[in-house]
Amino acid sequence: MSAILQVRDLQVSYYTDLGRATALNRVNLDLQAGEKLGLVGESGSGKSTMALAMMRMIKAPGRIESGSVDVDGVDLMKLSEEEMRLARLSRIAYIPQGAMNSLNPVMRIGAQMVDAIRAHVPTMSKEDMIARAKDSLESVDLKRNVFDMYAHELSGGMKQRVCIAIGILLKPKVIIADEPTSALDVVTQRQVMETIDRVQKEIGTAVILIGHDMGLMAQFVDKVAVMYAGRLTEVSTVRDMFTTPMHPYAQALIKSLPNLKNKGVFQGIPGLAPSLLRIPSGCAFHPRCTQAMDRCKTTIPEVQDHNGRLVACHLYTEGA
Amino acid sequence: MTHLLEFRNVTKTYTRGYFSDAGTTALQDFSMVLDEDSPTIMTVAGESGSGKTTIAMLLLGFIEPTKGEILYKGKNIKNLRGEERMTFRREVQAVFQDPFAVFNPFYTVDHLLTVPIERFKLAKSKADARNKMEEALSSVGLRPEDILGRFPHQLSGGQRQRINVARALLLKPKVLVADEPVSMVDASLRANILESLRGLHRDHGVSIVYITHDLTTAYHVANSIVVLYKGGVMEAGDVETVIQKPEHPYTKLLIDSIPWPELDRRWGSDGMMVKEADGSDKGAKGCRFMGRCPHAVDACGTSVPPLYRVGPTQVASCVLHSANPVLPATQLTDVLPV
Ligand SMILES: Nc1ncnc2c1ncn2[C@@H]1O[C@H](COP(=O)(O)OP(=O)(O)O)[C@@H](O)[C@H]1O
Ligand SMILES: Nc1ncnc2c1ncn2[C@@H]1O[C@H](COP(=O)(O)OP(=O)(O)O)[C@@H](O)[C@H]1O
Ligand code: SF4
Ligand code: SF4
Ligand SMILES: [Mg+2]
Ligand SMILES: [Mg+2]
Repeated sequence: MSAILQVRDLQVSYYTDLGRATALNRVNLDLQAGEKLGLVGESGSGKSTMALAMMRMIKAPGRIESGSVDVDGVDLMKLSEEEMRLARLSRIAYIPQGAMNSLNPVMRIGAQMVDAIRAHVPTMSKEDMIARAKDSLESVDLKRNVFDMYAHELSGGMKQRVCIAIGILLKPKVIIADEPTSALDVVTQRQVMETIDRVQKEIGTAVILIGHDMGLMAQFVDKVAVMYAGRLTEVSTVRDMFTTPMHPYAQALIKSLPNLKNKGVFQGIPGLAPSLLRIPSGCAFHPRCTQAMDRCKTTIPEVQDHNGRLVACHLYTEGA
Repeated sequence: MTHLLEFRNVTKTYTRGYFSDAGTTALQDFSMVLDEDSPTIMTVAGESGSGKTTIAMLLLGFIEPTKGEILYKGKNIKNLRGEERMTFRREVQAVFQDPFAVFNPFYTVDHLLTVPIERFKLAKSKADARNKMEEALSSVGLRPEDILGRFPHQLSGGQRQRINVARALLLKPKVLVADEPVSMVDASLRANILESLRGLHRDHGVSIVYITHDLTTAYHVANSIVVLYKGGVMEAGDVETVIQKPEHPYTKLLIDSIPWPELDRRWGSDGMMVKEADGSDKGAKGCRFMGRCPHAVDACGTSVPPLYRVGPTQVASCVLHSANPVLPATQLTDVLPV
């Protein structure tokens, strides 16, 4: 089985007044068709940067320094601007953080959807575009008449569904949803996630779900990628991640989770996330790591494959 | 015995501008008691719009009830003056959702701590003030040297929120209202803040009203829970029972929707039908949850179901439990353990 998405060596920097900050550091990632991956990490760890880089939507002062992003055999980094514009939504779609609040308030939902289709398939007839948009609304459990409504007439959950409907209009191979439910109530969150799950199965698209709620990951994804200070520290199946996390940061993350069995136990992760301008030497996690060794302070651990699990930690490498 | 804080049949209706008849009843006939000798952590839980922040604003005296009264040490808080008012202001503290909002970006974070020290004359000297600040920061797990002298934007959301808890602690309050204190903080940093709240209760005897939409954290910090929906109490009791064995359809729906970080506890495994709010005014006179409830019958729409005692420490406002004895709304606290 070949990967539908292959990210190689992707690197992004932001050029700020205080210096160059490497927000994404040589990230590699593979995703199979129809697979669901959770991308987790504390805020500022580079999750949105990674998504934006994959979409080639990094804006100044940011810059993609290197890397390739293959979707279904095509390297997005090699496309012309115009080709890339067409690839967005049709090959790979991104539902940005807070998208539901950036729907155009003065344009009907349907008109916004038809615009998106027209930009990609200008030859499609108006009737077909309308039908396509309404089908898409229906497939995310909205009524077809939402087509004629304005954003302010919709609840938060409905607006998020509209964003998903736009995301799937052109049946992309990969959808990236950036914290799609963090502003929603639990009941609505569950309903929206169930919809994403069903649509994902129907059109066989691969999904990257960005977030910091491990509970949502446990319920929804097949694989979890943990990001720390711009690097992937561990990528494992959801079962492996929750039962036997390998990277000490992943271990701390799992231990910090509240469940019904550990009432009153609060295992926070000590210390602070590093500033990108002052990333600790060696393993960026070493100042907070309870298992740090001498070489952790000097040598950056490379990502290595351990029986299909990808881990970047000296605990699992031969002594230097 | 005089209670520390008491809500007596409190109703709050917001009237919008000129359309005073089309108001929103954000809280309906709510009663509860906090006692000084038995400090507790009580959770008020519910989705957005359920009336949680309204309770916080009422409790702090920022808004007045439309009906009913709120008493502090036996006195209606709207009548407190002078010394008594200052005492109330000092002894009832709050931590809000947005850890940034209370900070003034032009001052170092010290400012947030020195202002209350001066205002309430908590220190005898500069050195004493410094000691008190350091003590408060340490007791919420912050290193004073990492914090003092910094500007708000130099700190993380989690740090800022813990400074807010430290500020509250400085004032040695008797009651702390925490309105969604961790909802804007990364999941991995929530534990630290919740632990400092628990410390406030455990080590300093502060009663905490913990307001949240997140039942997972509620389960971990609180002794008791009140579940609100559209301003009405749906279910209440001790937190273990209500979360492990909910009796009200709304609580069941909420609990069934929690994405537990456990692989063998699947979402929706109890197969409860989920309905989205349909915006109808079903239940206008009766059970507020009627429009979404999968068990609704005609009887639900006639009048607001009273609180039925479904267990020694649990009540549910639902006709499905009408075979049980009724607990008068004013005695809600009887089923809330401390
Ligand atoms: N436009 C920008 N200019 C400068 N720094 C940025 C910009 N956007 C993001 N960053 C920095 O890049 C890092 C990663 O940010 P982001 O990808 O948004 O993280 P996440 O989505 O995980 O919260 C952060 O430290 C952030 O401050
Ligand atoms: N200042 C206000 N004016 C009018 N309506 C308000 C005001 N504050 C809150 N409400 C309404 O009261 C209800 C309860 O709000 P709130 O107490 O903020 O709930 P929660 O904190 O649970 O989200 C909501 O329907 C809200 O729209
Ligand atoms: S490389 Fe060293 S410091 Fe980094 S996570 Fe592994 S043990 Fe800890
Ligand atoms: S009173 Fe009726 S509508 Fe309300 S929760 Fe109970 S069964 Fe449902
Ligand atoms: Mg982000
Ligand atoms: Mg609120």
